[in-house]
Amino acid sequence: MICGYAGKFLEVNLSTMEIKEVRFSDEVLKDYVGGRGLAAKILWDRFGSRWETVDPLGSENLLLLLTGPLTGFFPGGRICVSGKSPQSNGVIGSTVGGEFGVELKCAGYDGIFVSGEAEKPVYLFIKDGDVEVRDASHIWGLDAKQTVAVLTRECRELLKKRFPQKGEWREPAILYIGPAGENKVRTAVVAAKWSHAAGYGGYGAVMGAKKLKAVVVKGTGPLPEVADMEAVKRLIQEVCNNAYESELWRRWGTGSGGYEVGAKSSSEPVRNWQDEWHDEKSFGVDQFENRVWVKQYWGDFGCPTTCLKLAVVRAGRFKGAITDNPDYELQAYVGTNLGIFTPEANVYMASVIDDLGLCGIQTGNVLGFAAELYQRGILTKEDLDGVELKWGDAEAFAVLAKKIAYREGVGDILAEGTYRAALKIGRLKGLDVMPYAVQVKGVGVGAHGIRSEKDYPEIYSYACSVQCGDHTSIACMPLDDSRSEHIRIFDDSGVICFFNTFGLPRALVFDFYKAVTGIELTKEEWVNTKAMKIIQLQRAMLLLGGPDLRWNPEIHDDNPPRFYEPLPSGPFKGKAVERARVDEEKRKYYELVGWDERGIPKSEVLRRLGLDDVDKALEKLR
Amino acid sequence: MSEAEKREAIWIARDYSKCSGCRRCEIACSLFHEKRIWPEASRIRVFMLAPGIEFPHFCAQCEDYPCVEACPTKALSISKETGAVLVDANTCIGCGKCIEACPGNVPHMHPTENRILICDLCGGDPQCVKVCREGLWNALQVVPRRADSYKLYARTPEEIARSLAVKIFGEEGEHLL
Ligand code: SF4
Ligand code: SF4
Ligand code: SF4
Repeated sequence: MICGYAGKFLEVNLSTMEIKEVRFSDEVLKDYVGGRGLAAKILWDRFGSRWETVDPLGSENLLLLLTGPLTGFFPGGRICVSGKSPQSNGVIGSTVGGEFGVELKCAGYDGIFVSGEAEKPVYLFIKDGDVEVRDASHIWGLDAKQTVAVLTRECRELLKKRFPQKGEWREPAILYIGPAGENKVRTAVVAAKWSHAAGYGGYGAVMGAKKLKAVVVKGTGPLPEVADMEAVKRLIQEVCNNAYESELWRRWGTGSGGYEVGAKSSSEPVRNWQDEWHDEKSFGVDQFENRVWVKQYWGDFGCPTTCLKLAVVRAGRFKGAITDNPDYELQAYVGTNLGIFTPEANVYMASVIDDLGLCGIQTGNVLGFAAELYQRGILTKEDLDGVELKWGDAEAFAVLAKKIAYREGVGDILAEGTYRAALKIGRLKGLDVMPYAVQVKGVGVGAHGIRSEKDYPEIYSYACSVQCGDHTSIACMPLDDSRSEHIRIFDDSGVICFFNTFGLPRALVFDFYKAVTGIELTKEEWVNTKAMKIIQLQRAMLLLGGPDLRWNPEIHDDNPPRFYEPLPSGPFKGKAVERARVDEEKRKYYELVGWDERGIPKSEVLRRLGLDDVDKALEKLR
Repeated sequence: MSEAEKREAIWIARDYSKCSGCRRCEIACSLFHEKRIWPEASRIRVFMLAPGIEFPHFCAQCEDYPCVEACPTKALSISKETGAVLVDANTCIGCGKCIEACPGNVPHMHPTENRILICDLCGGDPQCVKVCREGLWNALQVVPRRADSYKLYARTPEEIARSLAVKIFGEEGEHLL
């Protein structure tokens, strides 16, 4: 057995209530590591050429909660959530911070697969080797804060009753969904704590479809044995020391972005990306710091950076709103993208989004889309069930967010996410509204624009990514560029927080992997063979898609139309993405990554990687 | 105890509102005592009865050490050098009497062995404090042990969480539990 792993996975079928253990060979673990990489492997092995028939919101889909060998060791605890995505219909590796991964490994499992669909709402309760499917009817319908409060209390009492000799029981770790997930909203998250969310992919809807409200785990064992503990300790210290050097990064986290990404790099969504520039000093990090942050350093297991902040609105109209930070993505998506430029209104929006179990990015994207249609008179007040969706009106946006989470009225359409909502509204209105949908292959684009070319993504980054609009996994050349998804896949598969790799030589991360697992790995080997294999699997499943949608790379490997419009203001006024350059870069990228001119992975590339069955399945697309 | 020895004894001052929830203290404590990363075997445990109000829960070295009194096998003693409660693992029968006697329910059972875990102040060089200060959170700090009311800090996780919730979240705080 390879060090760093607990050695077994848990599979729970909620239709048959069968619970079993699953193990992988060392070879599989060496190739796919864990988290995102292993998710791609598991899903392909399970569904393969049947991929197109699997409904992401049907009982057949697998919900995967996977750690990696580095989880718990590399500072900053995370877990990777995956499955067939109800957004892209491919596979997205979506990670979320917290202690869940650590508790799970301490309980003796590297991951959990959930298949089937329960008859009535349930939650999973895991205490070391004991696995129980428990009734969740009393928590079904509860918002995020209530869910966490009730489950924490209930599960601690359960532990106390069963193990009275132990002394005080610490709370177990919880992954859960809010009302949005329960109602199979495609922009629903799998959440941890408050405001910690695996957003990309829409896996909250997958949990909801399985009637799985939460997974709760308490592990009392140690983290698994490592190959070289002295080296692990030394490397932990190096990662921490590196983090401690960036004091402002620790102190502000991504929360300085709400002002800076707009004002400095002109790449922040403003009013559904009609602009990417603003100079609203009311949205400065100093304002967040002074007005709403009550805890300036907040973090998850082992994290030296603690880039999260706790925000509370103490007075005024939005009094009582609680969230983290908001981080940059939410400052942008439920702030500037909706025309909101004050910390209090932004915290309020983020807290509404959290409570409903929605994804701030995807929901902010679809809310902005709806507001632009309202601005243009395409959607009327009547279409919006009486809501006047004016830019900057947080209360109006909150009303609509609730409609989305409960699929009420127009919310039922918007709950499908921006792409599907655009198709539907287009049909209803007899008008092409896709030009206002800022998404790539079903996934709203992260809050980092490409028109100014001053932010980190390239002009082809979203168009070619196997995770589509996901700003944490972008296509980039050369493939071993530190921003590239080929590198990011390692972080998502070892399952670590890549914020704690900032400023570190990449080799140190592979040294860490070796110290934990005992396996030698170079960046070159990773990028050219292992990451490449995972990319091809993700690409294949993305292109196979189905059952409700299929992407044609000749059409859909593209930027949202908006990015081809000139920036209307700011220092980069007039700058737009040139289509000819995107085409040229795309051609280069396809070549590098082994896809033919139509974007389909080449036969010889797949065969060289040992993915013969993938090659066969893609035959019909060629 | 002579005056000189008394001055050497230490206490770990704690400011819960500064705790980031990073749990680096648990990692340090378990690595030092168990040679593994083992949160449940750490003598300092970070409780999160509601997100955002994480705090470290560990022995306060009460002035009158009720746990030591309560132990039927005399497995607990007080370190002359540091003032810490020391557990004799061979004598401890895991009866839990010390947990009952502790106003904060601080001692807890080792997850796999039949013995109680109580902070031993790492023999005078607390590992948890090192990492907490290194990260500039400063929720933990070593101070010389004086005649203060340390026992006030021996409170149950619920009690601490409730008061801390009010400090951090305001009047609504308690409802979050
Ligand atoms: S090291 Fe300090 S800040 Fe971190 S969890 Fe422990 S007490 Fe809190
Ligand atoms: S806090 Fe509890 S364990 Fe520590 S000295 Fe007081 S009674 Fe004993
Ligand atoms: S002083 Fe030592 S034994 Fe006590 S909690 Fe801190 S690390 Fe653990």
